[in-house]
Amino acid sequence: MSRLRRIFTLDSLIVPLVAILLGLIVGAVVMLLGGYNPFEAYSALIKRVVGNPYDFGETIRQITPLIFTGLAVAFAFRSGMFNIGADGQVLIGMTSATAVSLSMSGVSSSIVVPVSVIAGGVAGGLWAAIAGYLKAKRGINEVITTIMLNWTALYLSNYVIRHFFLLKGQNRSEDIGASAALTFLSGIFNNARVHWGIVIALLAALFFYVYLWKTKQGYEMRAVGFNQNAAEYAGMNVGRNVVKAMFISGVFAGLAGAFEVLGVFHYQSVFAASPGYGFDGIAVALLGMNHPFGVVLAAILYGVLTYGSAGMSFAAGVPPELIKIIIGSIIFFIAAQGIVRFVLKPFYLKRKKEKVL
Amino acid sequence: MDVLTLLGQLLNSTLVFSTALIFTALGGIFSERSGVVNIGLEGLMIFGAFAAGVGTYYAQEAGLGGMAPWIGVFAAILVGILGSLIHAVASITFKADQTISGIVINFLAAGLTVYIVKMLFNGSAETPLIKVFHKIEIPFLRDIPVIGEGFFNSYPTTYLALILVGVAYYVLFKTPFGLRLRSVGEYPGAADTLGVNVSRMRYIGVMISGALAGIGGATITLTTTSTFAHNTISGQGFIAIAAMIFGKWNPVGAFGAAMFFGFSQAIRNYVQLFEWSRSIPQEFIFMIPYVLTIIVLVSAVGRSSAPSALGAPYDPSKR
Repeated sequence: MSRLRRIFTLDSLIVPLVAILLGLIVGAVVMLLGGYNPFEAYSALIKRVVGNPYDFGETIRQITPLIFTGLAVAFAFRSGMFNIGADGQVLIGMTSATAVSLSMSGVSSSIVVPVSVIAGGVAGGLWAAIAGYLKAKRGINEVITTIMLNWTALYLSNYVIRHFFLLKGQNRSEDIGASAALTFLSGIFNNARVHWGIVIALLAALFFYVYLWKTKQGYEMRAVGFNQNAAEYAGMNVGRNVVKAMFISGVFAGLAGAFEVLGVFHYQSVFAASPGYGFDGIAVALLGMNHPFGVVLAAILYGVLTYGSAGMSFAAGVPPELIKIIIGSIIFFIAAQGIVRFVLKPFYLKRKKEKVL
Repeated sequence: MDVLTLLGQLLNSTLVFSTALIFTALGGIFSERSGVVNIGLEGLMIFGAFAAGVGTYYAQEAGLGGMAPWIGVFAAILVGILGSLIHAVASITFKADQTISGIVINFLAAGLTVYIVKMLFNGSAETPLIKVFHKIEIPFLRDIPVIGEGFFNSYPTTYLALILVGVAYYVLFKTPFGLRLRSVGEYPGAADTLGVNVSRMRYIGVMISGALAGIGGATITLTTTSTFAHNTISGQGFIAIAAMIFGKWNPVGAFGAAMFFGFSQAIRNYVQLFEWSRSIPQEFIFMIPYVLTIIVLVSAVGRSSAPSALGAPYDPSKR
C-alpha cells in the first residue's frame, strides 16, 4: 500500500514533466516543419536567459508579474471561480499605484513606495470583489462580469492617466521619481530591472499556501470551491467566501500591476489594448495546476520561454510565436492527462497488476 | 442629415459590428448546449480570420476573382472545425477540464496562425491585402425607410448571419437532433439510456461551434480589416461568450445581445457628430457597452440558466 502511494505522488510530478517534454517536442516538430533547426533554437533560448547577468536579471523581471497573476487566477480557481479578469485588476493596480505615488510628491520615497504598492493591491482586490459580489448576491456568472470589467478597467485607467497625470505631449504618465527605491540587487544584474516585487511574489505564494491549507478560513474557501451546496449545508457563508476569495485574488493581480509600474517602467502608458498580463496568468495557473508552488515553477518556465524567445528568433530566425504553441501544447498535455498516461502506458503495466491484487 | 437616414446608417453600422459576434455566439450555443464549455471561441475566431486571409489570398492568386472571399469563408470553416477538434478530443475523449482545453485553443491559435503567416509571407507578420466582400442592395426592400438602409444594404455575411439565427433556433428547438443535443447537455445519463450517443453529439456540437466561430473570424477579415494580423481578433471571442450567456444560451437571445454590443460599438462613431458629446471624455463613451451589460445583468436578467451538465465530462460508469 505504501508503495502504491509512493507511485501516486511520483505520478503527480511525472505527468507535468512528461507534458513539458511533449510540449517541447511539439515545438521542435513545428520548427522542423518550418525549416528551422530546433537544437540551434533551443540552445539559443537557454543561452539568452543564462548568457549574462543582465539577461538573467531581466528574466527574473519577466517572471515576477507572472507569479502574481498566476497566483491570482489559481486562488480564484481553488475557490470555485474562474477569474478571467486578472487583466483588468492588473490595470487597476497599476493605475492606483501611479495615481497615489504621483499625488504624494515631496514625501519620502520610503513612505510613498509601500503606500502605493498597498494602494495598488487593495484597488485590484476591490475591482475583483465587484465580480465576487455580483456572483454572491445576484448569481451573475463571474466570467461575463470579469470580461466586462476588463474593458471598463482599460478605459478607466486611460481616462485617469490621460486627464490627471499625463506627461505633456506623450502618451504616458509623468515619471514616478520615488519608485527608484524599489530597485533590488540591480548592481549584481548589470542594471537589469529587478525589483523587490520578486520577493513579495514569493511571499505571496507562501501566504497562498498557508492561508488555504493551514487556516480555518482557507478550509472554508476550499470547501466552497469543491461544493457550494455542501459548504452551505455545513453552515458556511458561501457568499462571503466568494467575495473574499475574489478580493484576495484581485489583490495578487493588483500587486502585479503596482510592481510593474513602480519597479519596471517608472511610469504608466496609455494602453490602446489590454496588455494581456491576466491571460498569461491563466496559463501560468493552469501549468502550475493551481497550486502556489506549482505556480512559481510554472511562472519560471513561462518567463524563461518568453524572455528566451527573443534570443531564439535572433539566433535561429524562429518566430517568437512558437513559444505560444509550446505553452499551449504543454497545457494541453497537462489537461488531457489521459494522453500522457497513454504515452507512459508501457511503464505502468506492472502497477496495474499490483492494483488488481 | 435627417434623423431617419442617420438611424438607418446607425443600424447598418451596428450590423457590421454584430455579424461576427452573431456567428460566434451561435457557435458557442451549439457547443455549450451539448454540455461542453467553449472558452476557446476567441481562438477559433483567430483560426477563422487567419484561414480567411490566407485562403482568399491564394484563391485570388489562382484567379478566382469575386469568388475568392467565399473560398476564404470555406477555408475558415474547415480550419475552425480542425481547431475545435483539438478541444473535442481533449475534453470529450480524454475528459480534460473543458475550460483548460478551451484556453489551449486560444494559445495555439494565437501562436500557430502568426507563425504560419510569417512562414508563408517571408517573415511578414501580416497577410497581404485581399479583396473583400461588398455590400449587396436588395431591390425594393432597400427603399423602406430606416430598415431599408439598416438591413437591406449589407454584406452577404450579414444576411447569412441573420438567416442562421432562425436556422439555429429551428434546429435546436424543433428537430430531433436539437432535442438530442440539448438532452446531452442537460442530463447525459438519461440521454445515454435512451440510446443517444453522448460523445458523438458533443463532438458534433463542438465542431459546429468551430465552423461558426470560424465564419465569425472570417467575417472580420473579409469585411473590416482586409488582412490578417495578430490583432485582427482582439477580444471579440470573449464578447461573443458574453453575448451567449447574456442571451441565456438561446439563439434569439444571443442575437439580441450581439446586436446590443454591435450597437454600442457603432454609436461611438455617431455620438461624436453631436455637439454635446464633446464634453464627455471619449473613454466614458467607450466604456458604455461594458458597464451597461453589467447593469442590465444586475437589474433584469438575474440568474443565468446554463445547461445543467455544462462543464462536466460524461462518465458512463457514474450514471
